[in-house]
Amino acid sequence: MSPVQTMPPRSYHIGKDDLGADILEVAMGPHHPSTHGVFRMDLKLDGETVVDLKPVFGYLHRNHEKIAEDITYPMSMPFTDRLDYLCGMTNNWAYALSAEKLIEIKVPERAEYIRVIVAELTRLVNHCLLIGFFVNDLGALGTPLLYALREREKILDLFEVLSGARMMVNYIRFGGVRCDPPDGWLKECQRIVDAFPAFLDEYETLLTENEIIIARAQNVGVVTREEAINFSLTGPMLRASGVNYDIRKVDRYGIYDRFDFKVPIGGHGDCYDRFMVRMLEMRQSVKILKQAIRDLPEGEIMGKAPKIFRPAPGEAYGRIEAPKGELGFYLISDGTPIPYRFKVRPPSFVNLTALRHMCLGHKVADAVIILGSIDIVLGEVDR
Amino acid sequence: MAAIDHKGVIRQFPELEWEASSGSLILSPEKVDEVVSWLKEDPAYRLDYLSCVSGVDYLEKEVKTRVRNEAGKMVFKTSLSPEKMEVVYHFYSMEKKTGPFILKQRVLSRENPVVTSLTPHYGGAELMEREVYDLFGIRFTGHPDLRRILMWEGFQHYPMRKDYVPPNDYEYEPTPHGDVLERARERREELEGQSP
Amino acid sequence: MSLIGKGILKGMGVTAKNFFQSYYRKERLPTVEYPEEKATINQFSRNFPFLLYDGDDPVDGMRCTACTLCERACPPQCIYIIKDKDENGKAILSPRIFDIDTSVCMSCQLCVEVCPYEAIRMDSAFELSNENRFEGLLLNREELLKPNAYYHEIHPLEARETDDRMAAKAALAEAKKKARQKRARLAAKNKPPPGLKKTPPTRKKPPQREKSE
Repeated sequence: MSPVQTMPPRSYHIGKDDLGADILEVAMGPHHPSTHGVFRMDLKLDGETVVDLKPVFGYLHRNHEKIAEDITYPMSMPFTDRLDYLCGMTNNWAYALSAEKLIEIKVPERAEYIRVIVAELTRLVNHCLLIGFFVNDLGALGTPLLYALREREKILDLFEVLSGARMMVNYIRFGGVRCDPPDGWLKECQRIVDAFPAFLDEYETLLTENEIIIARAQNVGVVTREEAINFSLTGPMLRASGVNYDIRKVDRYGIYDRFDFKVPIGGHGDCYDRFMVRMLEMRQSVKILKQAIRDLPEGEIMGKAPKIFRPAPGEAYGRIEAPKGELGFYLISDGTPIPYRFKVRPPSFVNLTALRHMCLGHKVADAVIILGSIDIVLGEVDR
Repeated sequence: MAAIDHKGVIRQFPELEWEASSGSLILSPEKVDEVVSWLKEDPAYRLDYLSCVSGVDYLEKEVKTRVRNEAGKMVFKTSLSPEKMEVVYHFYSMEKKTGPFILKQRVLSRENPVVTSLTPHYGGAELMEREVYDLFGIRFTGHPDLRRILMWEGFQHYPMRKDYVPPNDYEYEPTPHGDVLERARERREELEGQSP
Repeated sequence: MSLIGKGILKGMGVTAKNFFQSYYRKERLPTVEYPEEKATINQFSRNFPFLLYDGDDPVDGMRCTACTLCERACPPQCIYIIKDKDENGKAILSPRIFDIDTSVCMSCQLCVEVCPYEAIRMDSAFELSNENRFEGLLLNREELLKPNAYYHEIHPLEARETDDRMAAKAALAEAKKKARQKRARLAAKNKPPPGLKKTPPTRKKPPQREKSE
């Protein structure tokens, strides 16, 4: 008997609450085009208005942490690609950063610059996709999404030349990166980065002044500054609420202190702000990319990493500003080549905490775009 | 990122233990509310942002330490480290841009571990503590909605515990590996034994 | 807002521009119709591992020495190796069974990185669908073995680097061998007194995993 069969059947009914109004319980998902994966929202509706919401997930759960506690440190690297499967590079970097805290490894200059380049390209990839799907949720079916996918495709081709794969890159290693960019890669990268602002301009003409987007997204799903901090929101979600907190600026991990860039901050904390913060962040990423490509030094790409990665007993928490927010890895070593505890702090999982708060009092159609503006990836939420 | 000095909190609460090896403050579940609300409000700390909640499971195990005996020689001494469970909280301060500050709730029982929830102080702890409950079986008093989150309702075990044995209920595929093949065969025999 | 609908009209202008330019500008429509037309695979792309051999005979020219480093480094444990034995039951340096389960493999390339003999490499073939999802996706030694020429065809740059590295290694081994012979000749000339024979250092064997065949 498999344990799945012990679950009670779910019933959908129209009941009466104390006020005499009809409350409708709806399970939205797990197979719903707007939930971006297998995610379910158990909604209680009073007419069209959301009066209660419970996020239900775990459908993609494979216990990544348990798997990682059975294998050696370097063997977990390809599994991290599958967390947030749109941003393999930043996942790799976050894991490498934590492991480099356990064993002090000096990362060479060139590798640091390459890491910054691939991480910012990943940010472009992620935000392109998110904005495409966000307007898709708003009802602009397909067309703007495909324009965004087309730009993302070019960057994925860059990743393929660099690492061999488009999404499951497995490129960053403890102490450096796996291989040097081949001849011509930087030139191609430069070309794509230089052409990117033109796409952003076009996309802004298409979307940001659009009356429908303004009407649908402004003043929807508002999170105030205090609430955002209290809910542990991170990334563009937090900055849209007006908190100036970017881990690239605060921690200055890697070599981010060398680049000149600004942190876009929203003023209202609604869906439109979250959308615009991401648009502006892409422009800042382009700015960082131009500086990094210009300054990329020659030299080694791998530091002196030990052949067998066996840290001394201890613990480390490393975090980076992933495109979705703070991605952290908490590692506890007991002196063996296998981690004793391997914990992922996934940004989109924690950002989901605010979903109920944001949706209450809004219409069902707004719940869809609020979820879209959080930017979740179920591979990371469920792990 | 500036590290946070722990001396202030020890001065305020002298009975608290500071674990120097991991740089963390050890709390017993009774003290949590008082200490955390102080840390959140105190102008020197202002830990307003709870970044990460993780559970850790330690089985009872022998540890060997090198000590000097009476004759002055280095010898190995075995001692028993007790079984325990920990919930680790990583705090940062968004206002002062400092961190991390690590706080651990430690319970010395694996049968019925109960700690105090931080959800009343930090809304962001809600899903993360549910995850710790789901995977480790650590219960949080004061949590508004303590249910399973990643595993399904009705699942009996706590998969991240170190002594968890996965149930033999998979459909094994014939991979080339000997032990998987062997388990697939056992499972098939078990299923055939059940059906009439 | 000056004019209601101005933003929408501007957006429609962008859409129209994209639509008309997609007929004559490649970057506006970069897709190809797959089964009829195939996009080129670049030489750095990777998919599933394969084994390399030198010369004409796949089994004789096999570079793999069944050291099982890749088997141990594989995160999803999709590689399975059994060492070959000669008639006397002595283990020889080549695999009798080398299986890769491509339904489990996650194309991470860690096996390539750990291989000291340049024997395993990543393929870039992608049309691998099969009617049998178990045995059909389980590739055995004969299916995995591919000549060096094929490697040069799919990854020319990497293959050249590999060949150079192997040639350098072979030259080094040759030089060492010559030096050893020279030393032996010298040693034969002025014989050392008996009893000073050097014993070769014994190497500890790594624990072997139990395997059923």
